[in-house]
Amino acid sequence: MNPRRKKRLTIISLILFGVASVTGLSLYGLSNFVDVFYTPSEVHNGKEDGTLKPEVGQNIRVGGLVVVGSVKRDPETLKVSFDLIDTGPMITVQYEGILPDLFREGQGIVAQGKLIKPTTLLATEVLAKHDEEYMPKEIADAIGKHHKPADYN
Amino acid sequence: MWKWLHPYANPEVAYQFTGKLIPWFNGIAFILLSIGLFLGLAYSPADYQQGETVRIFYIHVPAAILSMGLYFAMAIAGLSALVWQLKLAHAAIAAIAPVGAAFTAIALITGAAWGKPMWGTWWIWDARLTSELILLFLYFGVIALGNAFEDKSQGAKAVSVLALVGVVNLPIIHYSVEWWNTLHQGATVTKFAAPSMAMSMYIPFVICFFGCAFLAGSLICKRFQGQVLARNSLRPWVKQLALAEDN
Repeated sequence: MNPRRKKRLTIISLILFGVASVTGLSLYGLSNFVDVFYTPSEVHNGKEDGTLKPEVGQNIRVGGLVVVGSVKRDPETLKVSFDLIDTGPMITVQYEGILPDLFREGQGIVAQGKLIKPTTLLATEVLAKHDEEYMPKEIADAIGKHHKPADYN
Repeated sequence: MWKWLHPYANPEVAYQFTGKLIPWFNGIAFILLSIGLFLGLAYSPADYQQGETVRIFYIHVPAAILSMGLYFAMAIAGLSALVWQLKLAHAAIAAIAPVGAAFTAIALITGAAWGKPMWGTWWIWDARLTSELILLFLYFGVIALGNAFEDKSQGAKAVSVLALVGVVNLPIIHYSVEWWNTLHQGATVTKFAAPSMAMSMYIPFVICFFGCAFLAGSLICKRFQGQVLARNSLRPWVKQLALAEDN
């Protein structure tokens, strides 16, 4: 490679390295704000380093798995309450409205709303989060994957 | 080592070569997309949870992979344009940008249409969706910057730098679902482990992906030819070509 090209390549590599480091470090520094939701343990304890604990009255999103057996429906209205869990303690979500089709016990969901007690969220929106696995019903049955839709009765 | 490539740096040779590729790319794209879309949209099984909605996968994922792959190709063209000062690399950037932008838009729109029934929302500002939207704006930036200069050779350097620097966004898009909490799920096929989908769904996807890739290749070759002609309009070979078309 002739010297001029070599010099240009070096300069460009340095620029690219610089831009990549700046972007990387900024995103790393901001990573707690890039997260789109808190996990239930983070609502209890704050983020990893013990900071950013949501306060009562704050509008937040919480994402976790619906605890099996925790879904309680009001027979008269659309009110529903359920618990969310990740790896630690759980929090309770209260919601009034129609749940997404993918809502089931054990399913990952993201609830957005206001924290009315330290561990209770009054949700205005409930979104379903699904995993990256796709398979036909026959295979899911064969490997015993739970996929019963929510019971609306 | 790269000597065999040198003849293709000549605009006329490159023009003729891409011209020969186009019919092949068109043919392969047509065959693969016909088979792949039939298998994907009509023949492959429905998902155990999502039902028929999962068929958006066969368009959404190829478009999303290509939106990043084409950006990477454009960044390599930007690097060659800056280091080796290849004039043809400028034409390549201008050829790739709108095609890449189109695939990014397809990925975003099909993603929104999939998100509404499955997640319950068209859009959420999570890291994956936001970084993919930034990719679309990077494409728009490259297109707009290229058109902002009256004299094409003047803007070429700025365009190359933008195309190259934007490559920083690609790992962010890919790893966004691992680095942060997102509503978007993790990777199904673009990972070193086995794909997380049944073979009866994976095969139609692979066929659709290569169909889309060859379609992109054909569109880019056609645009590349146009760019080469526009940037060499005063050369005798272009005049001869124009005269030959007239007769």
